Amino acid sequence: MSKPNPNYNGSAWDKFTRWTKGTYDPADGELESTPPKDKLSPGERAERLLREYDQSRFEEGVAKEVSAFRIISRIFFVLMAVFMVVMLLYTVSFLPAFGDPNSPVNNEVSQRYIEQGLEETGAVNIVAGMILDYRAFDTFGESCVLFVALCCVTILLRADRKSDMRLRAQEEREMLEYEPQEDNILQQAAKLLVPLIIIFGAYVVFNGHISPGGGFSGGAIIGTGLILHLTAFGTRRTRRFMNERVIKTLTVCALTFYCFAKSYSFYTGANGLESIITTGTPGAILSAGLIVYLNICVGIVVACTMHSFYILFRRGAI
Amino acid sequence: MTLVQNFPFFCIILSMFSAIISFPMNHRWAMRVHPIMVTAVLVMSLGVLGYVTSTGESYTFMMGHFPAHWGNEIRIGVLEALMAVFFSLIMLLSVLGGLAHIGREMNNSRKNLFFILLDLLMSSLLALIYTNDLFTAYVFIEINTISACGLIMIKKEGRTYVSALRYMVMSLVGSSLFLIALTLLYTITGQLLMTPAKEALAELVAAGEYQVPMLVIIALVTVGLGIKSGLYPFHTWIPDAYGYTTPAASAILSSLVSKGYLFLLIKIFYRVLDFEFVVSSNLVNLLFVLGIIGMIMGSWLAIKTQNIRRMAAFSSVAQIGYIYMGIGIGTTAGVVAALFHIISHGAMKSLLFISISGLSEVSDDKSDFESLKGAGFRNKLAGVAYTVGAMSMIGMPLLTGFISKYLFASAATTAQDKMVIAWIALAISTILNTVYFMGSVLTIYHSVPAEQRKPHGKMPSRVESAATVGLIALNVGLGVSATPVIQAIQTGLAMFG
Repeated sequence: MSKPNPNYNGSAWDKFTRWTKGTYDPADGELESTPPKDKLSPGERAERLLREYDQSRFEEGVAKEVSAFRIISRIFFVLMAVFMVVMLLYTVSFLPAFGDPNSPVNNEVSQRYIEQGLEETGAVNIVAGMILDYRAFDTFGESCVLFVALCCVTILLRADRKSDMRLRAQEEREMLEYEPQEDNILQQAAKLLVPLIIIFGAYVVFNGHISPGGGFSGGAIIGTGLILHLTAFGTRRTRRFMNERVIKTLTVCALTFYCFAKSYSFYTGANGLESIITTGTPGAILSAGLIVYLNICVGIVVACTMHSFYILFRRGAI
Repeated sequence: MTLVQNFPFFCIILSMFSAIISFPMNHRWAMRVHPIMVTAVLVMSLGVLGYVTSTGESYTFMMGHFPAHWGNEIRIGVLEALMAVFFSLIMLLSVLGGLAHIGREMNNSRKNLFFILLDLLMSSLLALIYTNDLFTAYVFIEINTISACGLIMIKKEGRTYVSALRYMVMSLVGSSLFLIALTLLYTITGQLLMTPAKEALAELVAAGEYQVPMLVIIALVTVGLGIKSGLYPFHTWIPDAYGYTTPAASAILSSLVSKGYLFLLIKIFYRVLDFEFVVSSNLVNLLFVLGIIGMIMGSWLAIKTQNIRRMAAFSSVAQIGYIYMGIGIGTTAGVVAALFHIISHGAMKSLLFISISGLSEVSDDKSDFESLKGAGFRNKLAGVAYTVGAMSMIGMPLLTGFISKYLFASAATTAQDKMVIAWIALAISTILNTVYFMGSVLTIYHSVPAEQRKPHGKMPSRVESAATVGLIALNVGLGVSATPVIQAIQTGLAMFG
């Protein structure tokens, strides 16, 4: 046992340990320091700064800096854009001419799509056969792009609901005041056009494997019809058949069906199993295996997404 | 075909399906579905890794009834399975580590959307890892970009909008450059699948045709994916994007999202453009230089900043620079080091972001250095975790960062002309790393009066602590027994060719 040092207090080691603990400062009392003139609390100091703050001088300084930056960056942008344009045009001049029969694009890939597409997929519209059968995985990805875009727009635009019922009702009333008032010409025209547009859209979706068209274009047409209805008759009447629950159910059902149907097809294809899906008679409405159903799914997702985008931008709620 | 061979396909579809079914669910269920899905992906990926290691060769999996040239395809080798294992592991630990934060920072009506975005992010990362088709890669890049943007802005506070906008613009420029490159590539080869495209390109190279378009393709792919992963002059979106969103999202964005693009870039270099051709085009020298500038400038900006989360974000710029330097060395050893650093930086950065959130939580949710003084005493686990992460970043032996630096340094010897420059850059960057990481460790253990050592604010939940311990274990484990991982990367890279 070592003896405790009687002169421990005040020794160098003691000072050092106290300094590391932050309770001792060697500069204390040694240095000449002038106390701050006026002891202001942080709040008061902020207030005084705010009083002395001169907006115009600040803006002047910023403007000077910004304008210099702007000129430089604009010159840089123009140079960059010119460089990109020239480079890409120069590159394009090396590529085979459009429609050149000897271009590398005319190889065994497109040949098989054109020559055996009908036989292998049952779709008269070769494009539908390509995107929904040969390369169906990409198209599932594309539908998910729409889905994730819908989620992001909802995050961005959905107004948070007030928890208080009375406030919520008031908000709803204010919202409805901005709705278009009874507009007779628009309503009569919409009465005539909306059913036609939606039926045409459905036609494009259902005949996607027979004629030009398909889920993406048909769904966009149906979406336009729904938006026209909403514009003419207001939210309240459209919400009777296109509310949040309907949109959610439709989107989820369509994507789930797509997911399961294609998973079955991928699984059987990759494992070399017999698939129950047949191509049917080309040209019939129920032919081409899964393509017609997948077109319907894509059409539903596209129509719901378009409608939701519009209504989210307009009201901040589906 | 055995059942195990189907697992990669199951993983992708499962993650997409869990996003779809989370849409009508409320946030409590969506919060449960996500970790279960990621765990399932992790287990299946481990199975795939075991399978491909035992057979010793890669295989392709047809997505449909049509073989390559016509239908979509995914390809599974050791490297892909290894990446899937680590990505899902880091994803799981980051989300669990930030779970309580997610609960507090977001409105209930948006929480299920947050988990949908995470599910889709997982699916897109898996698809980027496994795909053997260039257009599929582009589709999933889109999903990846949009969901990452959603993750940045979901907190809905002033600055997050600006950073999401910035991220969106930069990232879309990157995507469009990639798309232009893809179009050019299709025009000169007529193929979208990687294997036939590589064969067609080899013929063109041998015949000496289309040399200018080929150079432009290499440049556009590299710059496009470089912008998206935060290569140095295109790094301006990083600090805001990583610095202000919820911690789990920062961890995932910095350790996984940018790494998915890097992996895709390496994959395209090897499986489409042929790495030797890329090296002979001298573009790798540009990557080498930009990587080195990034290493130094990223660290310099990190030293200057006063906010610990922005500091970690700037450090990501430096670490991405390391990876590009590895690719830029232009030899297989360099790419092995880069791939190892992809994994290792993922482990380190997610640990850092999760522990930073733990530290700032006990300091009144502030993240400037002044408020963080003594935070290591208030939240002991987060303090230890931060110290381990910082040590690993600096390159302390027995931690994963050391192995990365060692691999980079030894890879530099394989390229005679770049050796000295790479070593000097590594040395300077390590010193700069030490300055800011040790500075921040000293700050969180700065001695404070006893009453400030008690935690004020929320303490981490049990799940969060477990995830933090898991991440520490991952860092130490990778540092102590890195050999199997490095061997797997080497065999996987050999399978790529």
